[in-house]
Amino acid sequence: MPILQKSQADRSATFAFWAFVTPALLGLTVFTLVPIVWGFLLSLSHAQNTIHPGHFIGFRNYADLLTDEAFLKSLVTIFVFALFIVPLTFAVSLGLALLVNKIGWGRSFFRTVFFIPSAVSYVVASLIWKVSLFNGLPFGFVNHIIGLFGAHPVAWIGTAHPPWYWLVLVTVRLWLQVGFFMIIFLAGLQEIPKSLYEAAAVDGAPSGWPVLRYITLPQLKATSVSVLLLNLIAAFQAFDEFYNILGGSGASIGNASLARPPLVYLYSLALSNQDFGRGAAGGFILTALIFAVTLLQGRIFGFGGSEK
Amino acid sequence: MNKNNVLNQLPRYLLLLFVALLFLIPFYLIGRNALMTDGEITSLHWAWLSPHPQWGNFSALFHDTAAPMLTGLANSAVIAVVTLVFQMLFSSMAGYALARIPARGRNVVFFLILATLMIPGAVTFVPTFAVMAYLGGVNTRWGIIAPGVFSAFSIFLFRQFYLRFPTEIEEAGRLDGLSYFGVYWRLLLPNSTNIIMALGVLTFIASWNAFLWPLVIGQDPSAWTVQVVLSTFLSSQKLNLPQLFAAAAVGVAPLVLVFLVMQRYIVEGAKFSGGKE
Repeated sequence: MPILQKSQADRSATFAFWAFVTPALLGLTVFTLVPIVWGFLLSLSHAQNTIHPGHFIGFRNYADLLTDEAFLKSLVTIFVFALFIVPLTFAVSLGLALLVNKIGWGRSFFRTVFFIPSAVSYVVASLIWKVSLFNGLPFGFVNHIIGLFGAHPVAWIGTAHPPWYWLVLVTVRLWLQVGFFMIIFLAGLQEIPKSLYEAAAVDGAPSGWPVLRYITLPQLKATSVSVLLLNLIAAFQAFDEFYNILGGSGASIGNASLARPPLVYLYSLALSNQDFGRGAAGGFILTALIFAVTLLQGRIFGFGGSEK
Repeated sequence: MNKNNVLNQLPRYLLLLFVALLFLIPFYLIGRNALMTDGEITSLHWAWLSPHPQWGNFSALFHDTAAPMLTGLANSAVIAVVTLVFQMLFSSMAGYALARIPARGRNVVFFLILATLMIPGAVTFVPTFAVMAYLGGVNTRWGIIAPGVFSAFSIFLFRQFYLRFPTEIEEAGRLDGLSYFGVYWRLLLPNSTNIIMALGVLTFIASWNAFLWPLVIGQDPSAWTVQVVLSTFLSSQKLNLPQLFAAAAVGVAPLVLVFLVMQRYIVEGAKFSGGKE
């Protein structure tokens, strides 16, 4: 190709490139990058009742939050929640994937049944959990069922110190997300070469647990790491079910103070109290925490890219 | 499958059936309660189904001005469809450029997009609200839509998809005199239906079901989405149970339908998101 033409082609490629990426780049800049910078400036400002940074006070918002008992309690809450929901989701979705993968007839039926809660919103699920499934009165579904076995109705979330509220909060997310992760595990299972199992059978390895332990699980490592990671990051940003089941900042009914995760607390700080400086600072603290936990998990389990 | 095999699998089937039953209970409860009177729902004598299904609960829902369900449905539908269309368009455009158009600065742009991918979305809602308030997007549909349109994640997935797209087709198109835009519009886009369907359905569902951002931005009832309407309903002092469940049924039915019809693509989308494609 002659040189003149080449540089012309270069120029048209450059023009096309920028024409194609500009809408996305502009959008990401305005709605992600600018908010991060704006948020950082806000977090250094005394921004009560204003969205404009300017009245700079150094890192006082951070210091205030890190000594604010309610905020620290919300961090504990989210750790406890992650401690329950992450392993539980992992075990149940892997278990279901293994079961569904093994059966022949009816596989797509079961897959659909476990996956379909993914179509339901956290708000609708919270509504069912709060008002019907785990209603503390005798007409709640679970109370009706345990009543059949002679147990007394349980006040799941209704009283001042309900004993079982974690069960309510954990099961709602479990129900909503297990099917999604089961699908990812199923895809992982189908990538395992059949020859590995055949070789094990030829070598006389007993089926069942040893096969699972020495073939299936190691082969699923990359999948497992991505499931853990997605799940963990989502858990740390929990908002919907806590807000709707226990009550949000302004809700008059409910037990919001029982278990208030960071996002619900930041929501009430920024949107109800109009303290945008502290609200922004809290977002950065939580982001740092998510990074730290992700890195820690990477140290322990690897990031899933190194095998094969 | 032979008989022996089925017998061997019996415990597995029983376990699966039991779990499947548990998973269906919430759907059953929506349907049951949506068709009952308040007295039947709160009765101490459990009835599995109402003897007289109250279809009127649904029409009452749409006549109740205190619960702006119609507005909510309209808002959610517009928001989900617009988000879907523009997210697919902008993401596939950027993904194509990042994968296939050689230009200076391409790596910088890609790095920038990857960097925004690392930021947990819900965490930035306070500063994004500040920016949106500055731009005048509070209580507007576009204010709810805009941040959801730009997804670093779907740009990344489109880029990966176009990297694996056979170069021959593209080169043939270039030789035929197609511009970059022509190649994208006539050759790549028509061959991207699979990924567009897979990511599109997930985008639609996520947008319809989103709660935190619509709650933050749509403070006026005219801007409430279905989820915000339902949440407001749930926290109101005087809970109207049959209406609450009728509303939940209306809010969830379109999605369950979309889900059942599009399941094949949703499974693909889930695999994409989990890094299994």
